[in-house]
Amino acid sequence: MIANNHIDVGGVLRRRVCHLYMDLVTRPTGAAVRSEIEHQLGELQGRTLTVIDLSQVGLLDFSCADEVIAKLLLRYQTTALDGGIDGYFVVRGVNECHLDAIEAVLERHRLALLVETVEGELQLVGALPEHGAQAWAALCAAGRAGAATVGHTLGIPADEAERLLGDLCRLRVVIPVERDFVAVNVAAALARPRLQ
Amino acid sequence: MTTVITVPPSLDDQTFEQVLEQLAPLPADAKVLVDARHARWASPFGLTALLTLAQTRTERPALAVPEAEDTASYWARTGFYRHAEELYDLHGTVPRGRAQNGESSVLLEITPVVRSEDVHAVVERIQQRAQAILVKELSLDPQSTMRFAMTLSEACQNIVEHAGTGGWVAVQTYRWQKRLGRRVVVIAVCDAGVGFRRSLETAQGRPRSDRWDDAMALEEAVLRGVSRFRDPGRGQGLAGVRRFIGKWGGKLAVRSGTARIAIVPAWDEDVPLAEGLPCFPGAQMQITIPERLAAEKR
Repeated sequence: MIANNHIDVGGVLRRRVCHLYMDLVTRPTGAAVRSEIEHQLGELQGRTLTVIDLSQVGLLDFSCADEVIAKLLLRYQTTALDGGIDGYFVVRGVNECHLDAIEAVLERHRLALLVETVEGELQLVGALPEHGAQAWAALCAAGRAGAATVGHTLGIPADEAERLLGDLCRLRVVIPVERDFVAVNVAAALARPRLQ
Repeated sequence: MTTVITVPPSLDDQTFEQVLEQLAPLPADAKVLVDARHARWASPFGLTALLTLAQTRTERPALAVPEAEDTASYWARTGFYRHAEELYDLHGTVPRGRAQNGESSVLLEITPVVRSEDVHAVVERIQQRAQAILVKELSLDPQSTMRFAMTLSEACQNIVEHAGTGGWVAVQTYRWQKRLGRRVVVIAVCDAGVGFRRSLETAQGRPRSDRWDDAMALEEAVLRGVSRFRDPGRGQGLAGVRRFIGKWGGKLAVRSGTARIAIVPAWDEDVPLAEGLPCFPGAQMQITIPERLAAEKR
């Protein structure tokens, strides 16, 4: 249903920019790293969930978060519509300071993203619609559900739940599967026992 | 004829205006001697701004170095003379070597910033030294080292992205007895580039308004995150700096052209916006983060 892909951003940074760098700072560095990630994604086809792994990245500043995270999400929102790969993303190995930068750029561009913290906690962050976090949580609990089920859990009408889940699909944190919906992390878990 | 520009005994972002007032009436090619013989103290802003001043002159200026041994020695520890001798004809006794008198308050020596590689080097160097100072001496939370480095990174990137020329960065910690009565860490980032107004003027399709000057350009860039780039992701660096400053109860002051804007915390009495200052090219930024008192910790 969905193929898993893993990108070690620290490795990309050291391979693509400088083998001594630990920190993801400055726009040119971010652009170079994103270009390499896009190159790797260009070799994929179909519906793909990519884990962007920041575990080996020291610092992530706002400019680099914009270049790497925000621009990647923006690009794959568009390519999915254009018939490119149907790309979904989870960012892993996120510490408190990474999160500062990531949340700032997501808010700026009205994007959302699922992150896995260094402690292993999954968090849905960014510019979510009202009830968005609850809808995502309901899908996580259900595994796979239709709008009526999610609406019932949230106490909202089914058509409102349908619109809400549509918005979460556009934000690419929820995946439409036939007439149902699945949270990206659940989809990945179905494909493999654990995101890797 | 050489005009003598007198450096005040205590040189910081406020008193540097006295230097600029003396310089303002002179053409860029006028011969000047910057007289720092009686200087007793200088902040990182003061020292980086003195280097920037030299870059604005078409005629190579002269600098009379401080006479007081401890002052001259301190200026040497900051790396000032290594860069100053490239820009000024130095007069007086310049301490040689890099004497270290016990614990150094210099977190980052004066460092040139020209390319993005320089920002990487600055960020790496500051993280090695900042942990002990920020957490143990200024009682900031352990995550503050990375946030501090992020702040420094964004401040330096302003030079690389917008100045059109190289600039300088320095970081120092000291006890700010007079104004605050506690320790502070201060970041100074100065360049003699195009400045905020001219940078924003290069933006395509920028709406013109009747009031368009250095002050308005600073308001747009510092308060509203406007950038010369059309990319909506731009302008986040200074917004990020502002967010951290707010978290730490710190102060951000940016001078460009004839204006100076400041995010002023409760402990300071600076004005939020100063206009009609003596014109000075480029942009000069100072970030001040105070020690966190036990009562302020949650």
